Amino acid sequence: MAEQQESQNEYGMSTDVDNQYLTFILANEEYAIEILRVQEIRCWQSVTTLPNARDYIKGVINIRGTIVPIVDLRMRFNMESMEYGPMTVVIVVKVLEENRERVMGIVVDGVSDTHEIPQENIKPAPDVGDKTDIQFINGLATVNESMLILLDIDKLLISGELNGII
Amino acid sequence: MATILTVDDSTSMRQMVSFTLKQAGYEVDEATDGVEGLEKAQSSRFNLVITDVNMPRMDGITLVGELRSLPGYQFTPILLLTTEAGADKKKQGKEAGATGWLVKPFNPDQLLNTIKKVIG
Amino acid sequence: MTIDLSQFHSTFFEESLEGLDAMESNLLNLDINDNDPDIINSIFRAAHSIKGGSGTFGFIAITEFTHVQETLLDQIRSSEREVTQDIINILLESVDCVRDMLLSEKDNRECDFDQASSVRVQMENVLNGHAVPEVELNDSEDIPEVSVEGWRINFAPHLHMIKTGNDPVRILRELSSLGLMEVQVNTEKLPALPQYDPESCYLSWNIELFGDIQEGYVREIFDWVEDDCDLTISPLSQVDEKLEDVVAAKGDGEVKQILDTTEVPVKEQVVNGKKQRAVDPDQEVVPDKKHANSVAECSSIRVSTEKVDELINLVGELVITQSMIGELGKDFSASKIENMMDGLSQLERHTRELQESVMRIRMLPISFSFNRFPRLVHDLGSKLGKKVELKMSGENTELDKTVLEKISDPLVHLVRNSLDHGLETPEIRTASGKPEKGVLLLNAFHKGGSIIIEISDDGAGLNKEKIRNKAIQSGLIGDEDNLSDEKIYDLIFQPGFSTADEVSDVSGRGVGMDVVRKNIRELGGAVEIASTPGEGSIITIKLPLTLAILDGQLVRVGSETYIIPLISIIESLQAQEKNIKTIVDNAEVYRQRDEYIHIVRLHETFNIKPDSQSINDGLIVMVEGEGKKIGLLVDELLGQQQVVIKSLETNYKRIDGVSGATILGNGTVAIILDVPGLVAMSRSEIINDNNNKVA
Repeated sequence: MAEQQESQNEYGMSTDVDNQYLTFILANEEYAIEILRVQEIRCWQSVTTLPNARDYIKGVINIRGTIVPIVDLRMRFNMESMEYGPMTVVIVVKVLEENRERVMGIVVDGVSDTHEIPQENIKPAPDVGDKTDIQFINGLATVNESMLILLDIDKLLISGELNGII
Repeated sequence: MATILTVDDSTSMRQMVSFTLKQAGYEVDEATDGVEGLEKAQSSRFNLVITDVNMPRMDGITLVGELRSLPGYQFTPILLLTTEAGADKKKQGKEAGATGWLVKPFNPDQLLNTIKKVIG
Repeated sequence: MTIDLSQFHSTFFEESLEGLDAMESNLLNLDINDNDPDIINSIFRAAHSIKGGSGTFGFIAITEFTHVQETLLDQIRSSEREVTQDIINILLESVDCVRDMLLSEKDNRECDFDQASSVRVQMENVLNGHAVPEVELNDSEDIPEVSVEGWRINFAPHLHMIKTGNDPVRILRELSSLGLMEVQVNTEKLPALPQYDPESCYLSWNIELFGDIQEGYVREIFDWVEDDCDLTISPLSQVDEKLEDVVAAKGDGEVKQILDTTEVPVKEQVVNGKKQRAVDPDQEVVPDKKHANSVAECSSIRVSTEKVDELINLVGELVITQSMIGELGKDFSASKIENMMDGLSQLERHTRELQESVMRIRMLPISFSFNRFPRLVHDLGSKLGKKVELKMSGENTELDKTVLEKISDPLVHLVRNSLDHGLETPEIRTASGKPEKGVLLLNAFHKGGSIIIEISDDGAGLNKEKIRNKAIQSGLIGDEDNLSDEKIYDLIFQPGFSTADEVSDVSGRGVGMDVVRKNIRELGGAVEIASTPGEGSIITIKLPLTLAILDGQLVRVGSETYIIPLISIIESLQAQEKNIKTIVDNAEVYRQRDEYIHIVRLHETFNIKPDSQSINDGLIVMVEGEGKKIGLLVDELLGQQQVVIKSLETNYKRIDGVSGATILGNGTVAIILDVPGLVAMSRSEIINDNNNKVA
């Protein structure tokens, strides 16, 4: 990929959407997903459970007439699930599978910020821990001295071999 | 700009003729058979009429005859769309008072050339 | 200016295919003993239109084929040839060929040219081997080109010529575009003013046209008026003094060299001489056979303007009601509550009417599907050597466009089955005291919120023995199994039961009865067979009127709300534990009258915590799917309402036992149960057990 010029508008803010990420907190770790994939951010609302679904699929909600499945990310990562409270947030994302686009929501502890992360700042994740986890990590980046884990949202939510949702 | 009436029971032919003429700047009205064509000719004034021959309710040749008996249409150019097998149709058309004919199949340029010659 | 003709192609295809359908049904209705000239003319016109259009839009193969068709039809039309059954059959086949050619152009796929050639040969044979006059595609006849300096033209219009709309000035103008021209008008015939009729043409002209111009071009200009004038055209064979003058005066180098007088053939062209249709090469029709357009599914609907007007009215009323409520909302106080409630109920009414109206837009009469059957029955009947009378009723019954499209193939399969296996040959029928002609009846009507389609025949009915044996053969049932008639008939819907079609299959889509039932189920419908041996069979298909909306019964199981389609509900009842028997492996059945109905505990199926596990505390909703009954155990019945069906599969995936979801008035999502799916799930439970198979 060619070097992307950092473009700025009159407020000194970057206008380069391709490298923008939204960061969120989950179990004291910071994760990041491409901003272009984020459709909206919502408060937690009660879901309708789906029969015989995996445990990390909490159920479905209605977003302006469309049925959207909600995934508990903690449970997806086999972590302990947390009580949902007023601060609990659902990030609604667009997930791509071959030639299809789906809309899904992920429950996270909280949303942080948006950051510009240029390609060259992204380092590959080291090979530690569960092999499966590596599969949906696109890389690591350091921003303001914190480490962000960049997620591959498609692999995370849709993946046949990895016990994915579908 | 001149106003042309096109009469044909085939929608695609009508569309083609209509579109071609409109592109060239003419005003165009359409009718799906002789009866409708006659009605339209009676309620508006046309500078030229193009009509197919084989149509339900009233065929083109009958339409020509009817048009000629309308006040104001005695000298209006009326063209028949005919196929090559219809040499006798041409004769019948002339006898009914048609101005001339266009042989099917024709392409838009041929259509425009002919129209241009007739009404400029 | 080049105009892209391909923009008209889809209209041409559409109207031509319609025309072919009209031709086909007219041919089928044509009585060879009583030639209705109107019908014959309609058939001719349809073929003629297709020929004209295909020529215009450059589909040469179709033009040539339909030309032969048209010639034959023309002979029939002008009573030169009598109609025979043979001719009708050949023409029917020719309709198929044209349809195939059109579709191959439209969808950019292969066409069966062999078939087309063979049918064309048959048509030509009928025309007694007389070579069908070739289609002239703007070819010019060969007239030897001769070099000339020009032409001398005497043009004397007849009195009435202007009344044909031909203006002499136009003709002169056209001539002048060919080359330098000298015109002399002749006013000899002009009468005195009192006798002068302004609508007659008394003038004539002597024209000299200079240039090496082909005679054909000159003649062409007079094409339209050759019968309405006296015309002589002769070459300027010598260098005239006039010519020299002209050259000297204009200094124009256009005039060619002087020809040797003896070389120039003097063709005295008399008025009705051979004409040449001169062709400007640039004007030739360029065939555009393979359009680059991909086969985009152009899905569209024709809607009557009535339906659209109704919609517009309803929306108008809706807007009024909405603004009325808006007004009320402005300075809202408790005193206005009644008005508000009125407004809201009006809103509800309008919304409902609007919804019904919009749904009707998607509705098409089932005749769109039924219409193919006269031809199909006619052809298949002949092929199978069976005499069949096809009766259709309820063709105007409307159903959703998508449902209509998807039910067509299954219907075809069922009709073919009736013809193939149901109806007997004339000999067998007469032998059993039945009339030679079998009757096949297609009927459609609305019932409740569904459309019912019946296919019935007065044939031999289903052969229980044969089916049973076949099932045993295929291992579907055991030899000692004792099945009721109903269950035996139901076996034909099992996969693996499909008998290979003995008739050569036109569609080759591999449709078996199991696929038929699957397709119908996918539409939310059901299919059943009833039969009386020796007397006939009736296949009944039940389909929802629309795929988008459902009348549902809300039920609660634990903390979850589900929707059961009302169409599937037979009754709801409170059951007593004592009426429930447990059979093999926990399968529970409820005895109702003389039936045993399997009870499905929804809380188990869906893994929910119910209010109570005891049947006494719950309610059983008896539902029916695929001709089978099961009882669904729920905690409570909630209200009934119409719901909009939303897809779960768009963002999630298909769940067994679930047909979709909906959004309730309070904004939450509720799951819609798939009754046939639940029935299948429960049945497989039972059949998995090796012992007694009970309902």
